[in-house]
Amino acid sequence: MKISVTVNGEKRDNEVEPRLLLVHYLRDVLALTGTNVGCDTSSCGACTILLEGQSVKSCTVLAAQADGATITTIEGLAGPDRMHPVQEAFREHHGLQCGYCTPGMVMAAVSLIEEVPDLDEAKVREGLEGNLCRCTGYHNIVKAVLAAAKTPARSAS
Amino acid sequence: MSILGNRVQRREDLRFLTSGGVYGDDLSIEGALWVTFVRSTMAHARIVEIDVDEARRRPGVVGVFTGADIDLPAMPAVAEAMSRPVLAKGTVRFVGEAVAVVLTEERYQGEDAAESVFVEYEPLATVVDAVSALTGDVYLFPELGTNVALPMNEPQADDFFDGCEVVVRQRLINQRVAPCPLEVRSGAAAWEGGRIVQHASNQAPHGAKAAIAGLYGLDAADVRVIAPDVGGGFGAKIALYAEDMVLPWLAKAVERPVRWTESRSESMLGLGHGRAQVQDVAIGGSRDGKVLAYRLEVVQDAGAYPSLGAFLPALTRMMTSGTYDIPKVEFSAASVVTNTTPVVAYRGAGRPEATAAVERAMDLFAAELGMDPAAVRKLNVVANDKFPFTTPTGTVYDIGDYGGAIDLVLEASGYDGLRAEQAKRREAGDTRQIGIGVSSYVEITNGAGPPGEFAKVEILAGGKARVYTGTSPHGQGHETAWTMLASEQLGIPMEEIEFVANDTDLVAEGGGTMGSRSLQSGGLAVHEASITLVGKATQLAAELLEANPDDVVLDKVGGRFHVAGTPSAGRSWSELAEAAAGKDQELVVSHSSSPPGPTFPFGAHVAVVEVDTETGQVILVRLVAVDDAGTIVNPLLAEGQRHGGLAQGVAQALMEEVRYDTDGNPVTSNLADYAMISATELPSFELVSMATPTPVNVLGAKGIGESGTIGSTPAVQSAVVDAVAHLGIRHIDMPATPERVWRAIATASDSKKEHS
Repeated sequence: MKISVTVNGEKRDNEVEPRLLLVHYLRDVLALTGTNVGCDTSSCGACTILLEGQSVKSCTVLAAQADGATITTIEGLAGPDRMHPVQEAFREHHGLQCGYCTPGMVMAAVSLIEEVPDLDEAKVREGLEGNLCRCTGYHNIVKAVLAAAKTPARSAS
Repeated sequence: MSILGNRVQRREDLRFLTSGGVYGDDLSIEGALWVTFVRSTMAHARIVEIDVDEARRRPGVVGVFTGADIDLPAMPAVAEAMSRPVLAKGTVRFVGEAVAVVLTEERYQGEDAAESVFVEYEPLATVVDAVSALTGDVYLFPELGTNVALPMNEPQADDFFDGCEVVVRQRLINQRVAPCPLEVRSGAAAWEGGRIVQHASNQAPHGAKAAIAGLYGLDAADVRVIAPDVGGGFGAKIALYAEDMVLPWLAKAVERPVRWTESRSESMLGLGHGRAQVQDVAIGGSRDGKVLAYRLEVVQDAGAYPSLGAFLPALTRMMTSGTYDIPKVEFSAASVVTNTTPVVAYRGAGRPEATAAVERAMDLFAAELGMDPAAVRKLNVVANDKFPFTTPTGTVYDIGDYGGAIDLVLEASGYDGLRAEQAKRREAGDTRQIGIGVSSYVEITNGAGPPGEFAKVEILAGGKARVYTGTSPHGQGHETAWTMLASEQLGIPMEEIEFVANDTDLVAEGGGTMGSRSLQSGGLAVHEASITLVGKATQLAAELLEANPDDVVLDKVGGRFHVAGTPSAGRSWSELAEAAAGKDQELVVSHSSSPPGPTFPFGAHVAVVEVDTETGQVILVRLVAVDDAGTIVNPLLAEGQRHGGLAQGVAQALMEEVRYDTDGNPVTSNLADYAMISATELPSFELVSMATPTPVNVLGAKGIGESGTIGSTPAVQSAVVDAVAHLGIRHIDMPATPERVWRAIATASDSKKEHS
């Protein structure tokens, strides 16, 4: 079937299998491999993207369901040479090691900061429960998200 | 001013954060077919027949192969008779073992076709737990008449506990856990002019290269292994797996490149597991708290085919007595095969098991005496003036201040205040009791395999530098740390130092990254190579300046060589590079470090938990960690290593366990069923600095990768037991899930009723 989506500001039209998962559409069809796959039970959140501005695990959505939607992946969050405040904060606070959970974690954090006005540590931990990381023990991720939530640029994101 | 010791942000991060890393599944490989494995659904069975006809007719299928088609030798094992064929031949020995493989044009076609491969099995009796494997009569390899892959028996003295006023014994389960790197296994293979070019999600590409060359009967020069970005390893990606090893054969069979990425559900069965020891501890001593004798007996579950896991008891043995000066120590072990996923190294690999055992033993001993667990530890640790200290199992600890670490963690955690709070809640009969766990640990790093590592440092045209390393970074931040080390010696800014790793064609040799070895072996090699390179450049600069080399110095701020006292006339790295090229020389040093041996990081942790005595729920409230890894090159990176290790240690203590039913069916085979720890179950950690430089290397550095795991698990487990100790509970096995804690409480109160 034919779908038409806007990904990172660019309109894309593709013929896809009805069963194709959105994450595989992004990775295999559009070659946007920044979004990763870490499980097959929608548990890990490595595939988190923004769909109409909200964080979504792209393994839980069919490409067909995204027809007509606007999607942002890690590649399009700030652009190739720039960093969004959340990306900046992850770097400053060493919120990543192997980097595999990072794109999904960043997208989930961007959405969390947008959605929850008065984030504290407990809310960040609860908000990121669906995003697993094996390297950082979450300590610096939480720190980075709290720092990013406080940056003035948050409303501009 | 030195750059070392500073919180330098990672160079690696920009691409990880903006476009994402390039992991195995992200590689663009022209013309590659997708490889999908058909996996055994039986834990132990004879393969009667494999019907591949329907699969061959499915869309996109280019080839279907079974073990009968593959003419490769089996993968090397501890015992040849226990070696594993790359695809099962005749018998399957664990659920998840690959029995057939399909090659398809597209990813999804592979799963479709794999489901059309029909395997007829004749079930065999299974053996799932290690103790049954040791004592029972179900054998994985019946011709051997035993499931023991590797015995490590030592004679036991009958009078071992003579003279002890108190002896406590306990069986401990150090449960099987899943390493769960966020990236599962992936790889690719192609033949290029008679050479194998293999991509693998792996921690030791040079070891992988040797393994492939060995299995395929090729010269090592005819194999190239590249580890792209690797999304975590934790020990489970040290060696290649059967699935990796068969890829070149498949590529040859279909004359096309092949690629493979497993699913998480496959990974939970196929990627090796960790820990999996049954331990019997016995500890004896005097009533005043002095430990006189300690015995540890281990049954190691090696899984279906003994690989690295079978050797874990050797590492456990080295660290049997932990931080303690115990006059008599005995260790014995047997590694056995079972109808389960093979066990491999997992963050700590054998040492967390040793620490868990001796720390639990210390707690049991203290409880028996009615003494404070921290006080008993302080009474028994190796005294500072005894280093280098040789343990009864023959391990030589480099340097330590074990009592100092305990003091520090007690102070930082406010231990006395915590005990007072605990007393208050007990007095009040609060349903939310607090427990305090103390651990003291020492571990061995860079302790397996040759201690040295390869590095090459070269000066490029224009005065930039390039560092090559034989370590295999996959999250540790070597690119940042190694370029810091080179910059420190060369006086070339980090931004102008390129970094090369993880490709056996580009890096001549390598040991890889495992066992917390990288800084003290690979970082050391970069440090030493850089110093040698400066010496070489000094010679060249002296020639150009017509000066005595002894008088020429390197101004590290500007990166210029000049005669001491006359900085105006000098030569930059760029000028030296140009001069060297003109003389047909190269400013390059290849070097292998050769540290005399391993190092022994140590520390002490305090965990505070809250246990709901009505539901058994445990909440980890605080985790305070003193970890002494000697001199720290980059505190930002070192802290990150500690955080990750702490989380994995907590996960084992409270949540994670790979489980099988009695027939060997895995019941935790995806991330919905396996309780991988998330942000909600953890507090922020409280790290306390302590640095006792090791005399083993000039950097003073010890390994930091595994400390967190080793110290935290027993502290947290101990805290859970401590929270309910007033109910008469002395031990709860890991993971201390609500059910298990609730049962312990229920049993304790039942037995109280019976006795009242």
